[in-house]
Amino acid sequence: MSGQTSARRPRRRGRAGWFVYPPLALLAAVFLFPFYWMVKTSLVDLGSIFEPTPSLVPKHPSFANYVTALTMFPFGRFFLNSLIIAALTVLGTLLTASMCAFSFSRLRWRWRNRVFSVVLTGMMLPFFVVMIPQFIMWRNLHLTNGFTPLIAPAWFGGGVFNIFLLRQFFLGIPRDLDEAAVMDGAGYTRVFFQIILPLSKPALIVVGLLTFLASWNDYLAPLIFITTEDKYTLMLGLNMFLGSYAAQWNYLMAATCAIVVPSLIIFLVAQKYLMEGIAMTGIKG
Amino acid sequence: MEQHGAIRRKEETAGWLFATPVILGWVIFVAGPVLVTLALSLTDYTVGGTPRLVGLGNYRGFFQSADPSFFASVRATALYGVLSVPACIAVSFFLALLLNTRIRARGLFRAALFLPVIIPLAASSVIWMWLFQPDFGVVNFVIRALGLHGPQWLASERTVVPTMVLMNVWLTGNSIVIFLAALQGVPRHLYEALEVDGGNALHKLVYITLPMVSPTIFFMVITGFINALQAFVQPAIMTSDAYHFGGPGNSSLLYVLFIYREAFRFSKLGGASAAAVLLFVVIAVLTWTFFKMSRSLVYYEGGERT
Repeated sequence: MSGQTSARRPRRRGRAGWFVYPPLALLAAVFLFPFYWMVKTSLVDLGSIFEPTPSLVPKHPSFANYVTALTMFPFGRFFLNSLIIAALTVLGTLLTASMCAFSFSRLRWRWRNRVFSVVLTGMMLPFFVVMIPQFIMWRNLHLTNGFTPLIAPAWFGGGVFNIFLLRQFFLGIPRDLDEAAVMDGAGYTRVFFQIILPLSKPALIVVGLLTFLASWNDYLAPLIFITTEDKYTLMLGLNMFLGSYAAQWNYLMAATCAIVVPSLIIFLVAQKYLMEGIAMTGIKG
Repeated sequence: MEQHGAIRRKEETAGWLFATPVILGWVIFVAGPVLVTLALSLTDYTVGGTPRLVGLGNYRGFFQSADPSFFASVRATALYGVLSVPACIAVSFFLALLLNTRIRARGLFRAALFLPVIIPLAASSVIWMWLFQPDFGVVNFVIRALGLHGPQWLASERTVVPTMVLMNVWLTGNSIVIFLAALQGVPRHLYEALEVDGGNALHKLVYITLPMVSPTIFFMVITGFINALQAFVQPAIMTSDAYHFGGPGNSSLLYVLFIYREAFRFSKLGGASAAAVLLFVVIAVLTWTFFKMSRSLVYYEGGERT
């Protein structure tokens, strides 16, 4: 699919006058300002926050808020929890979504299209429709307040949407490759791991990134399934912090800033893939 | 020939095996739970209790307004969607048009506009609480500096939902990227033809750009409403605490937060399931209606209407 997008890139760009810059620069500044204000607030003491005239730059910047904020609660633990959940979610999604996409795109079996169209019904299904039964199920299995409810769905196909994206990508890989391999006696497992997966790296990276961010940023599912502090994700930790330190914005912004940094790093490293992924998800509309 | 048949049989088995995860996943996490939600919506059921059949009692309860917070939640969600979807589409389309011109540092501008999307919504909600804090927030400071009196933003029943919508406008990076891709897909020769005929920039926008990206706008309207109806994190972080949800009053009790509160705070699993079914029906009907409408309203290149 990404091949398709880059192929039709005789892009049009009108002649830009200088007049495009002022509104763009202004809006970009407005969009970035909240981040600046977060960082600025995180570097000042509580007294400066309640000044009637806030200064644009911190007068006596210090990292003391970070030390206080991050040691007040076990943020290291929260970070690790979020990381474990996101990593296992990504792993499960990449493995099982690509397996299923492989089956729906490259293997011929009798009920394939019928099964695929049934499975597709899960694509638009909102989480709130299924969360109550899922909660009851995990509770009966005594698996609530653990990571299983958050990770398990990823190991069962990892979301129909990801299967859909990967399937589109796999369909673009020339058929002769795997047919030749099968004729030579290679099993389908080998075709999958040694031919299809290595050729699909760009699509896998996009799916992996979007899955990671979705898991990392998720708030509703952890809120439902996790109850004790030692299992909290970063987002649950942040909300707990908000409950205990309301109005102490210097600490709150320090904690928020620390939570934002990993996402920023991912953005800087993988911007290109993220944009591609988002354009991909939009184009088929 | 016999060897070929053996391969076909092997392929048949492999097909089923490779698709097993999603088939199981569909049963366990999709179809099963949907049926259970439907069944539970007809019962009175608390966590750890046994379900008691009440027929349509839960649904009737909502509409006989046994619980005023239900209607408050419907009203808040409708307002949120009706304000948020057009605002986000208009702003992101405008920004995409600006970005689609021949400018320097295009990637940099795009990155700046996209950045907010990448940040966890829970974290950006906390940032916005601080920016829009009525007494010490920087937004009201600027408004005061201009000699005006800033509103109470999240702290007032009248402005809480519009404030969240304002935040959504800040989160339109996805739409910008999608619009940008659509704008770049508009064939250049159309503009050139119009130029030859003496058309100006406005003509280009109205007669070429808008019709050509109308499928994208249409897609954004659908997904925009579907997402808006499911908004949860903003009110859960910004206007809820351990005892109150979607304040002040119930003015920002968005629908999914209402479902969450009923199910997991009030332990009314039956009622919450009924509420979930209602929203699901609304989303399904919306999707269906929009697709019906698309046939007459949207221009698809090549005349193929899908």
